[in-house]
Amino acid sequence: MTELRIEGLTKSYGPQAPRVLDGLDLTVPAGALAAVLGPSGCGKTTLLRIVAGFLRADAGSVTVAERVLSAPGVHLPPERRRIGTVPQEGALFPHLSVARNVAFGLTGVDRTERRRRTDEMLELVGLSGYGARMPHELSGGQQQRIALARALAPRPALVLLDEPFNALDSALRAGVRADVRTALRLSGATAVLVTHDQQEALSTADVVAVVREGRVAQCDTPEQVYRRPADPWVAGFVGDAVLLPATARAGGTAETALGVVPLAEEAGAGRGTVLLRPEQLELTEQASTSAHGTVTDVRFYGHDAMVTVTVEGLAEPVDIRAAGPVAVKPGERTGIRVNGEAVLHRPAVTDHAVK
Amino acid sequence: MGVSIGKDPGARPVPWLRPPGRVPWALALPAALAAAFALLPLVYLCVRALEQGPGHAWDIVTTERAAQLLGHSIALAAVVVTACLVLGISLAWLTTRTNLPWARGWAVLVTLPLAVPSYVAAFAWLSAVPELSGFTGSALSLTLVSFPYVHLPVAAALRRTDPAQEETARSLGLGTLRTFWRVTLPQLRPAAAGGAVLVALYVLSDFGAVSLMRYDTFTRGIYTSYRASFDRTPAAALSVVLVLLTVALVAAEARTRGRAGYARTGTGTARPADPTSLGKWRAPALGWCAAVSAAAVAFPLATLGYWLAVGNSATWDPARLTETATSTLGVAAAGAALTTVLALPIGVIAARHRGRTAHLLEQAAYAGHALPGITIALSLVFFAVRYAHPLYQELPLLVGAYAVLFLPVAVAATRAAVLQAPPVLEDVARSLGRGPWRVLREITVPLAAPGVAAGAALTFVVCMKELPATLLLRPTGMDTLATRLWTETGTASYAAAAPYAAALILLAAIPSYLLGRHRT
Repeated sequence: MTELRIEGLTKSYGPQAPRVLDGLDLTVPAGALAAVLGPSGCGKTTLLRIVAGFLRADAGSVTVAERVLSAPGVHLPPERRRIGTVPQEGALFPHLSVARNVAFGLTGVDRTERRRRTDEMLELVGLSGYGARMPHELSGGQQQRIALARALAPRPALVLLDEPFNALDSALRAGVRADVRTALRLSGATAVLVTHDQQEALSTADVVAVVREGRVAQCDTPEQVYRRPADPWVAGFVGDAVLLPATARAGGTAETALGVVPLAEEAGAGRGTVLLRPEQLELTEQASTSAHGTVTDVRFYGHDAMVTVTVEGLAEPVDIRAAGPVAVKPGERTGIRVNGEAVLHRPAVTDHAVK
Repeated sequence: MGVSIGKDPGARPVPWLRPPGRVPWALALPAALAAAFALLPLVYLCVRALEQGPGHAWDIVTTERAAQLLGHSIALAAVVVTACLVLGISLAWLTTRTNLPWARGWAVLVTLPLAVPSYVAAFAWLSAVPELSGFTGSALSLTLVSFPYVHLPVAAALRRTDPAQEETARSLGLGTLRTFWRVTLPQLRPAAAGGAVLVALYVLSDFGAVSLMRYDTFTRGIYTSYRASFDRTPAAALSVVLVLLTVALVAAEARTRGRAGYARTGTGTARPADPTSLGKWRAPALGWCAAVSAAAVAFPLATLGYWLAVGNSATWDPARLTETATSTLGVAAAGAALTTVLALPIGVIAARHRGRTAHLLEQAAYAGHALPGITIALSLVFFAVRYAHPLYQELPLLVGAYAVLFLPVAVAATRAAVLQAPPVLEDVARSLGRGPWRVLREITVPLAAPGVAAGAALTFVVCMKELPATLLLRPTGMDTLATRLWTETGTASYAAAAPYAAALILLAAIPSYLLGRHRT
């Protein structure tokens, strides 16, 4: 089984240029699909290119299955790394048929085996019978699946996917994403998916590594990254966040403008910031709660609605996700109830709500 | 997407683009040699012109004769540019925006004159109406071969322009005509200006038409001055003035191209415009298209046919024609081969690298675009007479002149061809276990080769049609189809000239046809 281990990876383009990667550490367990999630310019594509061997790191090491690929004084060329890549928009070889694209990496095997493996890969991505077509005769989603089949065919130790669903329109994206995930599962390959789309990362991956300014800010399961973000920035990047100034008390609670909320972990007394998700807040009768506010905006999304409420004592309004029909209108007063547990971060942030 | 390129971290990063990096020596060295070769004529021309002191050169360029040449060149360029603007814009609008019958057919027909060399057009008009000789004939034949330079970009701009802008103008109360003046025409300005500069460049550089029409412009003046006198400094000094003019034009063209981006704001593809109904103007519009096509395409072919038909055994010498055609094909093939080889490293660098070195190399290669053929030829003559006498009036010098002249054609083609094989494909191939050399063989070359070959074919065609440099540099006793056509027309032996014109058009049509098929 294969495990990807990255330690202290550093890279800058030129001696004066800022560091794109700044001592990045990341471990992906064997067989897992990891998402590297970060905003534009955080270094995720650079990371991918170093792991694939297209770029040399300034410092740090890359190890796959106990085999050192990059380290000080070591740089295995891409063709000897056994790492498959799926670039943006697929990048199929336009002059080769689909079957020859898939078979491209199958060197050193006899013709019947190559044929068998190509058919197997086409079947894996659900495109059996497309082998004779040329790349331009396929839709964007089909091209992307063929690119995955091509990468998986030589049984690579690791597969890298660089924003592979970016070029697809949103209606198609979810379907192709699910297909790719299934194909990767069945192949048992370890995979790293680079994306700036938090929904894609949370819904597709087993492990999410949030990258900021060339370092991993947090690496955990999607659930943990969403529910227990390492800091307010991660909280805001992976989803809508309600951040409230708070004073923690002994016994695992914190006092906020929305009342006393239970904390996920005992934090000791002192000031800090608590994080809640909009779906943890609920609109209620005014009499049933001590937290009140005035509705300023209601946005309806179909599956739910987002209600913005200004609360006395908070500089920024809070967002509340309401699942059912919304009974309130802008200008009306409402009560607010908090469900579930909050996460406390120190030190306190000065701003009150981060989108 | 953390690749911040150079010192511009704010720009949208291109994830798989190679970092600026150094251009590898294996590419940079041949590219630098090719660029130096392309710049040699320009540099040596200046050296030669100033050799006897700047005062002497100044005396030459300030004579009455030089002023007259300048006046003629500028007047001719102004008239031809104006006529081309009228023809080009009117035809572009009629074929893209109205319900003109057979619009697509007309659109193809009016681009055909691009394939007609100016001296063939001059031959056609002069042999039919000898009284046209002089300014009128020059202006007429040059206009009819160069108006597609305006028509093509303007038609493209019209297709790109969002019709919603015109509809908005109409809904704001402007009539059809005022909408055209106040909304459509200003949008076409960059495209029309770019085309106009190309036409002016064509006119200033042209030697074939003006020499046959006996109209003294700079190019003809340089040629006669070179032929008439042992002192070659006047020819060199006049050449420098001509080069200054053309370089100024090229700089102007680069500026218009830089601003040509405002045809449409917003993203996505513009909806095609609803065609304007011509109504009672339908017949005049059809007549206009027919008249231009007749003058620019049908008339030269008809004249050629006439002279072929009246030819007899006295004018028709198959052996000589075969010999000339063979040597034309040979010298054009050599020119295309050398040009393509020189263009390869520069084209690859232009497609794959950024930074000052890459930019400088590409710009140097484009020098030939600004240099009229006659000035390059003169410069190489001077250079060979002094430093490489064994080469004087030998084939290598002529082939070298072709390479300098047409390097821009080949570099542009190579660059586009290499862009067909983006680096990401090479990366993928390497991650699938191929070494760098096998990637080159299995991915880069198969993808780029058709484009490079197309560029070579195009270079072959333009070499075959080249006149002034061939006249000056051909080995003694050797003729190409173009020089024979020019000589026979010059002595009014039109029936004798016709077979050469026909052979030239036929031979040039074959690669052009193949090129057209390659593109579709």
